[in-house]
Amino acid sequence: MTQQINRGERFVKLVVLLIAALLLFAPFLFQDIRSLEVAARICVFIVLVASYDLLIGYTGIVSFAHTMFFGFGAYGAAIALKQMGPGWDAVILGTLAGALVSLVMAVAIGLLSLRVKAIFFAMITLAAASVAMVLASQLSQFTGGEDGITYKTPEIFKTATKLAVTEEGKVARLFGVKLNGKLAAYYFVFATSLVLFLFMIRLVASPIGTVLKAIRENEARAEAIGYRVVAYRTFIFCVAAVIASLAGSVYSIWLKYTGPETALSFTIMIDILLMVVIGGMGTMYGAVIGAVLLVLAQYYLRDLMGSAAEALSEIPLLPFILEPDRWLFWLGIIFILLVYFFPRGIAGTLSEKDAKT
Amino acid sequence: MERLLTAIDRTGGVNLLPLAVAFVAFFLIGVPSSWVTLTVAGLAMGMMIFLMASGLSLVFGLMDVLNFGHSAFVSFGAFVAASVLGWLAGWLGSESVALNAAAIFLAFLAAIAFGLAAGWFFEAVIIRPVYHDHLRQILITMGALIVAEQMILAIWGGTPINVPRPNFLEGSVLMGDVAIEKYRVFAFLLGLVVYLALKFTLNRTRIGLLIRAGVENREMVEALGFRIDRLFIAVFMVGSALAALGGAMWAGYETLITPALGAEMMIVVFIVVIIGGLGSIEGTLLGAIMVGLVANYVGFLAPKLALASNMILMMVILLWRPNGLRPAVK
Repeated sequence: MTQQINRGERFVKLVVLLIAALLLFAPFLFQDIRSLEVAARICVFIVLVASYDLLIGYTGIVSFAHTMFFGFGAYGAAIALKQMGPGWDAVILGTLAGALVSLVMAVAIGLLSLRVKAIFFAMITLAAASVAMVLASQLSQFTGGEDGITYKTPEIFKTATKLAVTEEGKVARLFGVKLNGKLAAYYFVFATSLVLFLFMIRLVASPIGTVLKAIRENEARAEAIGYRVVAYRTFIFCVAAVIASLAGSVYSIWLKYTGPETALSFTIMIDILLMVVIGGMGTMYGAVIGAVLLVLAQYYLRDLMGSAAEALSEIPLLPFILEPDRWLFWLGIIFILLVYFFPRGIAGTLSEKDAKT
Repeated sequence: MERLLTAIDRTGGVNLLPLAVAFVAFFLIGVPSSWVTLTVAGLAMGMMIFLMASGLSLVFGLMDVLNFGHSAFVSFGAFVAASVLGWLAGWLGSESVALNAAAIFLAFLAAIAFGLAAGWFFEAVIIRPVYHDHLRQILITMGALIVAEQMILAIWGGTPINVPRPNFLEGSVLMGDVAIEKYRVFAFLLGLVVYLALKFTLNRTRIGLLIRAGVENREMVEALGFRIDRLFIAVFMVGSALAALGGAMWAGYETLITPALGAEMMIVVFIVVIIGGLGSIEGTLLGAIMVGLVANYVGFLAPKLALASNMILMMVILLWRPNGLRPAVK
């Protein structure tokens, strides 16, 4: 099957490649800690959003439990690192444990609720996610409750670690960048995210991806052709859950902190939804664009709003509108407008432009 | 065995479930006085949850629209009522029952009026453009919920708000060694009145006939020449108003409300609707009472399990009846 690649689609791919290149060289291009923080968050969220896109965009399943799986991974790695001390064995064990819990939960939820009405599924995942959130704050002897857990990561990721040493015994620099543990940690995040993302790209291009799209478009027909819809749905739900859980583990290693705010809160779910919708559902590349835009906006636009509100404090009403606390309010409105007018998101709209002519 | 099952079916089938739960709980708890207290609390909670959930269930049954923003009405109702009660604090504190009743009546009225207006706005602006598109419905109503919650934060602030109760509903009635909070009885009775009114409207009036027919088969009713979309707006508004009323009553019950109220109640409301089966008032009532009773019993017997009790109840019932206890939707 040869596919005509049109200009819009090529443009989207080009943008994605550019973003990948920027992320690859991020530590050298933007040399401050905050930018590195942003770049790492973008990497993790690209994976998280892409795995959510497997559900919502490719299969047409709406789940609100995606942060729950992200949280399982994050808490798995965090608890293992806290209890067993910083070491690779703890990282591997915690990550696997988190992924296993996610897998079991996904199978349970999937088999229980994917066979009933599709609309129940959204409700049930929402309920499950809220229970997980409450549990995390209740079981404070393991999870640290609302305060979360801080812990040490393996030696190589410490900021003080020297990857290469100059003759005087100081940290060596490459293009003015210190070759320290922070750099190693960033490339760890980048590499795992890249591998996971490429895996998902491969997955949706495989025959399984085609079946999933068929289920999204016409469930009854897919069933009639002979594909077991429930099995496929459960399978993709499990895959997405495990990938989200892995992303959570990676992020917890990068942050060296895990708490309800960073790993489980409903705001993350809202962020994921926004990123998917902004980027474009059903296109893996959309996840990249959406994640980059929203994370950048979160880190920079919000500050800008705050300073604008301060600068305009003389004028009535304007500072009230621009106050950083109103951030989520505006995101919500943008979200509604996007779903109305650009349901295909940026990537989808761009790719479609030339396809019509 | 066979005979027993038919006997159960004849006397009410699944409707006996709350009775069975109460019966089992009686022996598990062992102390009659605490059992009565818990049962009354469970019934009162169930009735309030029923008010919140009934609109959601009917709206889904009639128009296949699932409103994730439904809990916004609940929290708005709670906050509007709290504000009104705050303004009328003088009336509430007075000894005269009439002034007390007037204050709480006005507060509920304000919540209902708000629910009607907000329901109309919500239906016209948010939901109408996305009929028949479940994916976008879920997304858009979710977005609306975020906006609504942020509006509550902007208007009332993030700090918990104290809700004054009228004097005559304060305290409890003593019957032997059983203490029953007055407000719980009040909430139960009010919920019962609303349920009976709803049931009467649905079963004995022409509008109710149309609504039930619409739930059963919308196309057929439309083909017979009835404007079911107008009916739908009315049902949506009433459903929102009921949710607001439920929220207002919940505010008086909790006496301390935070903007997180809506999100907390949303989960419970969803669980109730799933348990009861979408689209039927009776199912919603059954589900609400079950959730209320189980939450109270489990909270007493095994406080650690209280959080998960609703989830477990839902899972058990879904395994037993995948479409809920008394579904009306095909």
